[in-house]
Amino acid sequence: MTDETVSFHPAYLRGEAALAQPAPITTSGPVAWVRTRLRSGWLSGILSLLFILLLVWVIPDLFRFFFLDAVWSAPDGSACRAPGTGACWAFIERKIDFFRYGSYPSEAHWRVDLVLIIGAVLAARLLWPAGRKGMAGLLAFLLGVPLLMFLLIPGPAAVMREPATELTIFAIGVGLAALLEATALSTGLVSLLFFAVYPIFVVTLLHGSVTLGLSIIDTNLWGGIFVSLLVATIGIVVSLPAGVLLALGRRSRLPFVRLFSVVFIEFVRGVPLITVLFMANTMLPLFVPEQLTPDRLLRPLIGVAVFASAYMAEEIRGGLQAISKGQYEGAMALGLGYGKMMRLVVLPQALTLVIPGIVNIFIGLFKDTTLVAIVGVFDFLRTVDTARVDPAWSGPTISATGYAFAALFYFVFCFGMSRYSLMMERRLSAGRRH
Amino acid sequence: MRRRRGGISMTDAQASAKPSISPLYDPRVRAFVYQAALLLVLGFLVYEAVVNASMNMRARGIPTDFSFWNRVSGFDVNQTLIDYSAVSTYGKAFWVGLLNTLLVGAIGVVLTTFVGFAVGIARLSPNFVVAKLATFYVEILRNTPLLLQLLFWYNAVLKPLPNPRDSISLGAGIFVNNRGLILPDPQWGPGADWVMWSLVIGCGLALVFRAVARKRQADTGQILPVGLVSLLLIVGLPLIVFFAMGRPLGFEIPVLRGFNFAGGVRVLPEFVALLLGLVLYTAAFIAEIVRAGILSVSKGQTEAAYALGLTHGQTLKLVVIPQAMRVIIPPLTNQYLNLIKNSSLAVFIGYPDLVQVFAGTVLNQTGAAVQVIAITMAVYLVISLVTSFFMNIYNRRKALVER
Repeated sequence: MTDETVSFHPAYLRGEAALAQPAPITTSGPVAWVRTRLRSGWLSGILSLLFILLLVWVIPDLFRFFFLDAVWSAPDGSACRAPGTGACWAFIERKIDFFRYGSYPSEAHWRVDLVLIIGAVLAARLLWPAGRKGMAGLLAFLLGVPLLMFLLIPGPAAVMREPATELTIFAIGVGLAALLEATALSTGLVSLLFFAVYPIFVVTLLHGSVTLGLSIIDTNLWGGIFVSLLVATIGIVVSLPAGVLLALGRRSRLPFVRLFSVVFIEFVRGVPLITVLFMANTMLPLFVPEQLTPDRLLRPLIGVAVFASAYMAEEIRGGLQAISKGQYEGAMALGLGYGKMMRLVVLPQALTLVIPGIVNIFIGLFKDTTLVAIVGVFDFLRTVDTARVDPAWSGPTISATGYAFAALFYFVFCFGMSRYSLMMERRLSAGRRH
Repeated sequence: MRRRRGGISMTDAQASAKPSISPLYDPRVRAFVYQAALLLVLGFLVYEAVVNASMNMRARGIPTDFSFWNRVSGFDVNQTLIDYSAVSTYGKAFWVGLLNTLLVGAIGVVLTTFVGFAVGIARLSPNFVVAKLATFYVEILRNTPLLLQLLFWYNAVLKPLPNPRDSISLGAGIFVNNRGLILPDPQWGPGADWVMWSLVIGCGLALVFRAVARKRQADTGQILPVGLVSLLLIVGLPLIVFFAMGRPLGFEIPVLRGFNFAGGVRVLPEFVALLLGLVLYTAAFIAEIVRAGILSVSKGQTEAAYALGLTHGQTLKLVVIPQAMRVIIPPLTNQYLNLIKNSSLAVFIGYPDLVQVFAGTVLNQTGAAVQVIAITMAVYLVISLVTSFFMNIYNRRKALVER
């Protein structure tokens, strides 16, 4: 019987024991020696040594350039032109108002400060919904957020110059935070404030209004950090609702609605932002009647909003897909219609889930605001690049100083937001674990 | 209350097909109304845009057709891969720009893959210094705008380089100055085509050998050294032919003549800055993708592979990398597309890419805004769509088959 089986399947069974093979070369012999001694020990050691040498070589030079040899205060560029000097921080100090406000008239800087502080408090309230527990969290929200914004934008020098105005603005910021805290407005109402009321307030205050007695300030004069923040904020304010609609459209059962959403999203995501900005700048004025030609600053804003909407839609679609079918069915079983089901059951869960993704889009958007310079808007980076070639400050280290300052600003902003997004991710996954 | 009762009766009506409810609550009627409204609004907007555009364009004397395509451009481009001069047409300028975009995209994609994988693996290194440096690299590069990095490379690093007379020599006939990177020009002698052909033949033979080895492994379980033999065929064979033909390759060394170099190949500083910026920036994102991909393969997989007796190399090659690649490839493709789209930032530093040449100079000279922007967008769209098409095919082949 067994003999027969063997003859039928000779490949599966063998009569005699296999000869012992030599040990794999990776466990004994020269190859193993190289692997254990040189690769994990030596190579790693050499790499460490090389990188440490590199650091020892580079860090003191950088430290000398940015701190020891740096020019901290000077009336013009002559001190920075001396051979051997490092970074020219005096240049930043002298130009800081240009970096912050562009050519916005200095007597109206308070408008920008007010807009920014209110925006910061509202945004902090929206982004920080569950963290204000205890005295420390409360204090951070009531005082920390306005203070941070205050140090970042008007700066201590502005407070020295106009203490009455600036302190009033600061008090308004703290007061608004206290009001939000005391009335315990629901997140929905604060969202409404931020997404609907705040933009109107921003435009009225920054652009001016004759009826309110505020002088009109042309958008040609706007520039600097506040324009960068404005472009990014408008991008988010428009793209969040538009993204929700597009995401719902893409998952809709209505074929035309779905087709429109898919074509819009894929088209915008397939082209670079620069071409969208070019399109907004050169084609938009052709598509509307002459008297409706959009403002020079409004055109790139529309471009950025359109661009961000497509990316936001895909992010939100991811959130919608992560909601289990039972939630939809449960809502339907309760007799909710499509609108109520989405508004009360699905979207609140989906949007919370994609908060980290939305923050990441905001980071990308904030970095992308630098591109609006191509259509002539003076964003922060453009102001730095313009100040850099000022003949009064020409010098060998001016470019490096300017770019280092810009890099520091963007880094602090983007890195901070990415940490926030990571924190939210951890918190959300903790909530979903049990 | 009313509405809810309406909802219930609607489902009843559907179940028994009794059209007793008001059409206001009929989902089919609603769907029709919604879509008709969307179509009407869209149609109105498009109609308005077309009417306004044709009126505005006529009023401003802007061309509405593509006749500019065959007209003489009258401007020069400082980097051309095809024959082009100021007497060439606008159409040719488009191809020059497109090829320059594709050139920086192709080189950038290859380089950024290497840098990105190296940094991504370094972030997982048990070596503290290596891992921390890689983290530092990723955080700095990811959190500053690409445009800032491009301007930095161009204005703060490459522009302050010495002029051609004081060029920095890197040896082997390579020079660096503020006009760019000057390299020796390779000159192929007679018999060079034989080397080319042997390379083609070597690749073909390697493919054949791979197929044979696979069949052999399936039949007998014996593993042939495919990698080694392929290397010998692809590199060794052309090398042998190269020496057999008497080394048909010479270099034209650039020489400083007057204020500039004569001979050699000049790589524009704009190209170098753009490539550096794109490669380093994209590599930071790729590093994160690679890291996530490798971490996504659970430790049990490695342990199981060791338990089966696979070596370290085999475990990596047969178990870890194939599974990590499934996670890595889709976002990696997105990063490649981002790199190509971001190459449009060339316009800020003056590298003659598609946007700079076509959507910049040609648009300004012809004024044909609608046509030029439409063509530019279409090019990027085609690149994106073609890539995602191949991506989907790849995904379908590699996706986990759940049984």
